[in-house]
This record gives sequence, C-alpha cells and structure tokens, in this order.
Amino acid sequence: MIRLVSLVLFLALWQVGAWFVGPHYLPDPLAVGGAIVAETRTGEMTHNLGVTLTRVLIGFTLAMAAGSAIGLALGRSEALDRFVDPWLVILLNTPALVIIMFAYIWGGLNETSALAAIALNKLPNAVVTLREGARALDPRLEDMAHAFAFSRWRRWRHVLAPQLAPFFAAGARSGLSLVWKIVLVVELLGRPNGVGFKMNEAFQLFDLKLLLAYALPFVGLMILAETFVLRPLERKASWWRLHGA
Amino acid sequence: MALEIDILRKAFVLAGGGERVVFDHFSLRVNDGAIVALVGPSGCGKSSLLRIVAGLDRKFSGAVKTPPGRLGMVFQEPRLLPWRNVVDNLRLAAPTLTDAALVDLLAAFELDGHGGDFPGQLSLGLARRVALARAFAVEPDLVLLDEPFASLDRALHTRLRALLSLRIGARKMTALIATHDLDDALLLADEVIFLEAAPARITGRLPIKMPREKRDENLTELRALNANYQVIAPDEDAKS
Repeated sequence: MIRLVSLVLFLALWQVGAWFVGPHYLPDPLAVGGAIVAETRTGEMTHNLGVTLTRVLIGFTLAMAAGSAIGLALGRSEALDRFVDPWLVILLNTPALVIIMFAYIWGGLNETSALAAIALNKLPNAVVTLREGARALDPRLEDMAHAFAFSRWRRWRHVLAPQLAPFFAAGARSGLSLVWKIVLVVELLGRPNGVGFKMNEAFQLFDLKLLLAYALPFVGLMILAETFVLRPLERKASWWRLHGA
Repeated sequence: MALEIDILRKAFVLAGGGERVVFDHFSLRVNDGAIVALVGPSGCGKSSLLRIVAGLDRKFSGAVKTPPGRLGMVFQEPRLLPWRNVVDNLRLAAPTLTDAALVDLLAAFELDGHGGDFPGQLSLGLARRVALARAFAVEPDLVLLDEPFASLDRALHTRLRALLSLRIGARKMTALIATHDLDDALLLADEVIFLEAAPARITGRLPIKMPREKRDENLTELRALNANYQVIAPDEDAKS
C-alpha cells in the first residue's frame, strides 16, 4: 500500500515537473504512455524489449554461473585467492565501457562479443560475493558431514548450498540491475536492435518521449522480476532463520 | 579389531607464533567393544584426540587404526543443520534408517513430537538429544562423544546420561567418551582413563567391572574406587 502511494506521488511530481519545464525538456507521463502504446502497436517495443531481455538473461546466467564457481574456488583456497585477487581488483575497477570496447574490437560487432562483454562486467561482482559466502562456510558443520560420511551430493545439497544461498541471492539481486544497465551500453555501442539501440536513436533525434517510452517498460519489468522472482527466492533461501538459528 | 592410537607428535601453531605440543608419543589401545572414558582438565587434548580418531584432523605424525564399520560422533555443540528439521537431520546422517528404527530412536531419546521441529526451535537439552540420537542412528561400531552433556543443568545432565547409558548397553560398540565430569565416566565407562595436560599423558587407568545398570545406586562406592586407581608413573608412560 505504501509502495503504491509512493508510486502515485512519483507520477504526480513528474506531471508537475513536466508542466513547469515544458515538453521539450520533460514530456509528461501521458505523452510517454502514448508513445509506449504507439511503439507497441508497430511491434517495435515488443521486439526490442524481447531482444534486450534475452541478452540480460543470458549475460546474467553466464556471469552468475562462472562467477559462483570461481568465487567458491577462491573462498576455499587461500593460495588461489591470493593469486587471482589482483586480477579481480583490476577487472572490478576497469570501466564497463573499456571492457565493452575491447570485446567489440577483439571479437567483432556480433552477439557473442556483446554477451561476453555483459558477462565479463558482472563476473567480478559475482565472484566477490560468492567468495565471501565460501569464506563464511561453517567448518564445524563440514566436520560433522565428514564424521557422518556424507556423500558428495548430500554435502553439497544439505550442508553447503543452504549456507551459500543468501549470498547467491544477494549477488543475483544486485546483479540483475547492474547487468541491464550494461546491456544498454552494449546495445548502444554495437548492436542493431534492443532497447539500448532504440534509445540511441531517440537521443540522436532529441526525442525524450521515445527515450522514456523505452526506459520505463524495462524498469517496470525489472521491478516485477525483483518483486516476484528474486525477493521471494531470497526469502525462501533464508526462511529457516525465522525459526531461530 | 581394536582401536589403536599411536600419535608421535601433534602440535598447534599459536596465533602469536610458536606452537603448543598437545601430544608427544601418546599411545592408547581400546579393545573391541570397550567403553572408555577420557577424564582430564579442559585443554588436555581430549577433543583433539577424538578429532584425530574421527579422521577430522590429519595433521599429526603417527598412526591411528580404527575398527572397520560406521562412526557415530557427538560434538561439544549439537552441530545440527539449522535448515533441516530433526527427522531430516537424523536421516541425512543415516540414510538407511528405516521408519520403524526412526520411531524407536526418537522414543529412546524422548524426542517424540519433535521430529518436525527445526534446530533453532529446540532448547539446548533437546538439541543435544538430537545430536546423541544422530550418533546412534547410524548404528555405529565406534562412537566418539565429546563432552556430550556440556552446559546442561544438573537434572537434564543426569537424565541424558541415563538415556545414553541404556543406549550404549543396547548393542556392541566401541566408545570413547571425553568428559571432565568424573561421575559421567564412572557411570558410563568400562574403563576410565585419566589424562593430564600439555603434552597429554595418561596418569592413571581405572577399570570398572560393575554392571552399568547397577551403577546409579552405587555411585558413592564407585567414587571411592576412584581414590585408589592404578597410578601410572610419568616415566613409565614416556617410554611407550
């Protein structure tokens, strides 16, 4: 309920702002809504939204999978961690733009380079989060599993995974918003479709209405994913804590 | 086959540099089916010894031969998986546990009605019972108990000790019980082994012949036994 009030207030402020500065600087919500409908009618909106969403999902999945594996390995092996950590710091602090440009220059302006650039930008983030998770693993439970001769699978499923789940969920939540922002830049720089491509088009025409018309549906989509997928998952991962730990 | 412990040397590196030698030429033989209590002050290496026997600590020189078969262990803290309920905690440790055996086990440790509870919902006394039940769920051939009654109040301590005593007698198994409470040792063990600290050495052994079920009523007599346990001179055990 409070969220709804806050959302309505946001729209009202937007409308008032649009009246003050004029449609050339800030188109009002209704005009943007109209543009969304128009773009949907031509099929452009659905197509580009779909393309971008696919890139987000693939890049996100790649980064989370590889990042988790590397993060776990680093958290478990101090020597490996000490060796890889400088690379990680370098990758973490390399601007997203530089990674994207290198990917396009090395791999060509194609889908593979685009996905590689997206995944590589999110990767260090996932690595760092899961490394923390691996470091926080309880050695006493591991001893218990060892003493009772837990099989590899049982150890993973019932001892390790429940401890890592909150870290994975946190990484996923921060990751999704990061990935979608990077996807836009990737599309803007070197893809002939997607939300980022359309935004570039709108920017060159100074069409603020179109710019917002493409930004808002995706923001909405991300909010939905966050509310109905990621947050419930996170709650599920740590629900046993509610029973006292 | 007996449990044979021969530790040439075991030392822990201290945080401030240097090291603390816990075992230096330490040997102990436990016959098949014997229940042995290790009694000594805290820090004398009881927990370290159990960890080595369990195969959890391999950083020592020497050899430990354990009897073949399953291992059941009770740690100083219950160490249950907080995200699994009581029944799942038991089943994960003992996948072959039948439904009938599970019911028996819950009853034996007075856990009826708690099967669906999560560890966070249990009192310490209940959690310890689950930990004990888990060790016996695997039908162990070797049981290692590390201060299984630590930080329980006296009434609970006594009750849980009685449950354990019944369970130990129910089936043939070799057991090592680490405790600093002499009564625990006198009531549960076939032989009490007295340890002294740093590096750990055996200062005495006290065999107890009295049947376990009669010990509760004769505890005073048992305590008196303790006064004349067989003392091992420091020189004598150094050569082993």
